[in-house]
Amino acid sequence: MTATGKPSPLYEVHHDLGATFTEFAGWTMPVRYSSDLAEHRAVRQAAGMFDLSHMGEIEVTGSQAGQALDYAVVGTVSTLKPGKARYTMLCAEDGGVMDDLVVYRLAEDRFLVVANAANVTVVAEALTERAARFSGATVTDRSAEYALIAVQGPASPEIVRAVCDADVDGLKYYSAAPAQVTGHDVLLSRTGYTGEDGFELYCAPDHAAEVWAKLAEVGKPHDLLPAGLAARDTLRLEAGMPLYGNELSREVTPFDAGLGRIVKLDKEGGFVGREALAARAGRPDEKALIGLRGTGRRAPRAGYPVLGPDGPIGHVTSGALSPTLGYPVAMAYVDAGFREPGTELQVDVRGKQLPVEVVELPFYRRS
Amino acid sequence: MTVPDELRYTEEHEWVSAGAREGTLRVGITEYAQDQLGDVVFVDLPETGTTVTAGEPFGEIESTKSVSELFAPVDGEVTAVNEAVTEAPEVINSDPYGEGWLIEITPADPAAVDGLLDAEAYQKLIEG
Repeated sequence: MTATGKPSPLYEVHHDLGATFTEFAGWTMPVRYSSDLAEHRAVRQAAGMFDLSHMGEIEVTGSQAGQALDYAVVGTVSTLKPGKARYTMLCAEDGGVMDDLVVYRLAEDRFLVVANAANVTVVAEALTERAARFSGATVTDRSAEYALIAVQGPASPEIVRAVCDADVDGLKYYSAAPAQVTGHDVLLSRTGYTGEDGFELYCAPDHAAEVWAKLAEVGKPHDLLPAGLAARDTLRLEAGMPLYGNELSREVTPFDAGLGRIVKLDKEGGFVGREALAARAGRPDEKALIGLRGTGRRAPRAGYPVLGPDGPIGHVTSGALSPTLGYPVAMAYVDAGFREPGTELQVDVRGKQLPVEVVELPFYRRS
Repeated sequence: MTVPDELRYTEEHEWVSAGAREGTLRVGITEYAQDQLGDVVFVDLPETGTTVTAGEPFGEIESTKSVSELFAPVDGEVTAVNEAVTEAPEVINSDPYGEGWLIEITPADPAAVDGLLDAEAYQKLIEG
């Protein structure tokens, strides 16, 4: 199988490690190195290192950058202090989710918006269009200027502490600070998508291989493993984190996804999608994003119908045999009447019916 | 990637060898297939006595990331099933040509196996 997407700046490194590649959002990225289960476990028990260079980085700068972003996304970012980050979403006029984002305030007049690889163009265009009414805000797609390496897992603070000069212990969750690794500037952020403590290091593509090598070397005695997109997906699923294209899409609002709390309806100056989202907030839920627990080894998968006593009530958005828990887990959108934990439902696996039970999200929470 | 000379192959990445009993064929998936799938976590195999048709699915194999069908290499009847892989599917990753075999078939036409790919042709297929 030959992947034909854009290679990551770390492609050669992955190739030398014997990675299996996949095409993802137009990029050729490592799906696994040896065993996705081993990589998953490494992140839960020690540490794993991911290449996320496919993610998009868009800068919004200027004296009105904060105001422009407040108007463009559903959350309030203008109140962030420099060095802090926030999870938010970009919605369409009708309230549909265009992407989920992490926004960093790097300086008073400088924000970095991190978008999913598949949505970079959409996000950059929407931000540019929405910022146009603010003379003091400029939007620039800087994706090509950033590589991104994540180190995730309980051993990650020790590893990161050993490679850089930053105050790692003082760096709180959803904070970022400039740091140096092997003499190169990085933006060190305490964020992740695995349900573990962890860090993300943004650096120049030309420096990525050196930063990766240093982390690998320092991480070795801590049982750090390089980890691919397959492990990333099962990790985020166990942690109940939504994935754009699965749980999030133009067809759902943040409220449908159970993330209504990130929508700041009352913020000053309004925002794109406010009217539709305010109306949605005032209506009872029609559907709900829920967790499902199965039995045996066969997992409900994305797209499989979920059945109630009288037929279809929704569909699975993500599912896998949970490597940590040992039983199948899935997320699904169902009619809101079936959302209560303990409700017994079925998943239709091409004609065969699999019993499942509604459970609270997340499936896994670190202790 | 190992492609043993003595086996026959399908374009769907199954291998075929002589079965344990005279006149039967043993079927598994290739090393290339297990590598592409990733860690196998579930396998659904037919019961003995099931009739299978060349090119049609006889079972399913699931990895962490994906669900794939298993395709019968020839027409025939299932005469043995490797229950050990149902219990411990990871053996398909660790020993795809040995302990990780899936089923044995008594072919309707003993000569049908000659129509499958030889090792050289299969090697070419996976090298693309």
